[in-house]
Amino acid sequence: MKDTRFAKVLIFINCLIPLALLLWDTYRKQVGANPLEFVTRTTGMLTIVFLLLSLTVTPLRRITGANWLVKFRRMLGLYAFFYGFLHLMTYVSFDRFFNLKSIPGDVAQRPFIAIGMLSFFLMVPVAITSTNKMVKRLGGKRWNRLHKLTYLVGVGGVLHYWMLVKSDTRIPLTFGFVLLVLLGYRLVMKYTPPSEKRVTPSLFSQR
Amino acid sequence: MATKFRDNVKASEITDYKVYLNRRNFMRGAALLASGAATTFLYRKLNPPPAEPPKGQKIETVTTQPADNLAKSGFTVNEKLTPFEDISNYNNFYEFSTDKREVAGEAKGFVTRPWAVEVGGLVNKPKVFDLDELLKFAQEERVYRLRCVEGWSMVIPWIGFPLSKLLEKVEPTSQARYVSFQTLLDPNRMPNQRTGVLDWPYVEGLRLDEAMHPLAILATGLYGQVLPPQDGAPIRLVVPWKYGFKSIKSVVKINLVADQPPTTWSAEGPSEYGFYSNVNPHVNHPRWSQATEHRIGEFTGRPTLMFNGYADQVARLYDGMDLRVNF
Repeated sequence: MKDTRFAKVLIFINCLIPLALLLWDTYRKQVGANPLEFVTRTTGMLTIVFLLLSLTVTPLRRITGANWLVKFRRMLGLYAFFYGFLHLMTYVSFDRFFNLKSIPGDVAQRPFIAIGMLSFFLMVPVAITSTNKMVKRLGGKRWNRLHKLTYLVGVGGVLHYWMLVKSDTRIPLTFGFVLLVLLGYRLVMKYTPPSEKRVTPSLFSQR
Repeated sequence: MATKFRDNVKASEITDYKVYLNRRNFMRGAALLASGAATTFLYRKLNPPPAEPPKGQKIETVTTQPADNLAKSGFTVNEKLTPFEDISNYNNFYEFSTDKREVAGEAKGFVTRPWAVEVGGLVNKPKVFDLDELLKFAQEERVYRLRCVEGWSMVIPWIGFPLSKLLEKVEPTSQARYVSFQTLLDPNRMPNQRTGVLDWPYVEGLRLDEAMHPLAILATGLYGQVLPPQDGAPIRLVVPWKYGFKSIKSVVKINLVADQPPTTWSAEGPSEYGFYSNVNPHVNHPRWSQATEHRIGEFTGRPTLMFNGYADQVARLYDGMDLRVNF
């Protein structure tokens, strides 16, 4: 995949398709009897989907050796933030009608909203520091540490969804399982001695 | 690894630069279209559009009282009706799907004949009622609010008859204090019963005096038509002062019992769903605000009323009871 510029455009457009379809369906009144709930759920799910996609980049890169994948990580992460923002705004505007005073009480009574909000606000510093300039300014090590917040956001997001559903927990549990695999992979890699890590590639170096 | 270049390529063999660019643009366009189509397909698969509502048979109704009496008794609320499309495409009916927008599609073609409701337990005259016998009870229109525990509400013009009329026929004994209800258990006709999302069959219960209240009805239709399958065909309970899940759908069994019967949702989450589950803005729920609600079709919230606005009619049933404990 040498054509990175085009690949970025390709992914950018594909990431916008769900939003375009959501707007189209809303315009055509195809979002069912409770548009508020539908839009909230859709944007929320998209947030988790993009979070998981951005967390998939590193393991996939390690396993396949396709290092160019990292070039799309920032975009996927920013899309998670974007859909998370739309999700939050749906809640603030249509659920609370911009009655900001009613939000603290609502959050206090419903822990799942508190967890969702916290997860969103944890994404803010990560999104702000996503530029190349910021990587330089912070230094790779510190930047990396800060961006590990994404793991927490993932856990928070899945927990938020799981706490919301009444009894059919299949989708949140699926998300949770995927997250577990993605984070578990990182944990295993961290505690695998570096020497062992190099054992696998030697399979190819034996001529 | 070094790449070997051929140096004997003839000029005529080299692809023209313009053709090369065109091919490249074509490939790009194809990639864009293919990936776009795949994303659209994936999104549509996960977020399907709602199904068209089927049109049902008409039901003959009688009017039992003059208009102002109807309002006073709570039989008719003077609020804007929720459109039929919404009532028939936004359903909590876990036997078909846990996605409210998918129930209509999954329930399409649900066979409701033959259908019988077995009424027994602590009664003098137990009886199995065939659906046609149930339709012989004088059918009335009742325009009720429906408040779901999830925080949304509708106004529905039901067709049905008072549950008390049925119970009087079987003559409950003096030991009978509660009424239990059961939904059909048939995974072949209710495919989601193959999953374990709830403990099947769905069961509900009322205290006998609640069941005898004139507002409690067995509904057989809505909007003047036979109930669509997704709304609980062919016969369902409607108890307008309680959260929607109390109004059990597709009933096959009614039993009069001495002790408080188990109910599906309070077994699922005893701290969240009580046996009574009266609509109560003062008892908070960890998932949904019970102080306000979204009326389907409206874009501003509205306050939730005590007993869903039926306090004048039903509050006396709970005199002396702490409704925060018996929620």
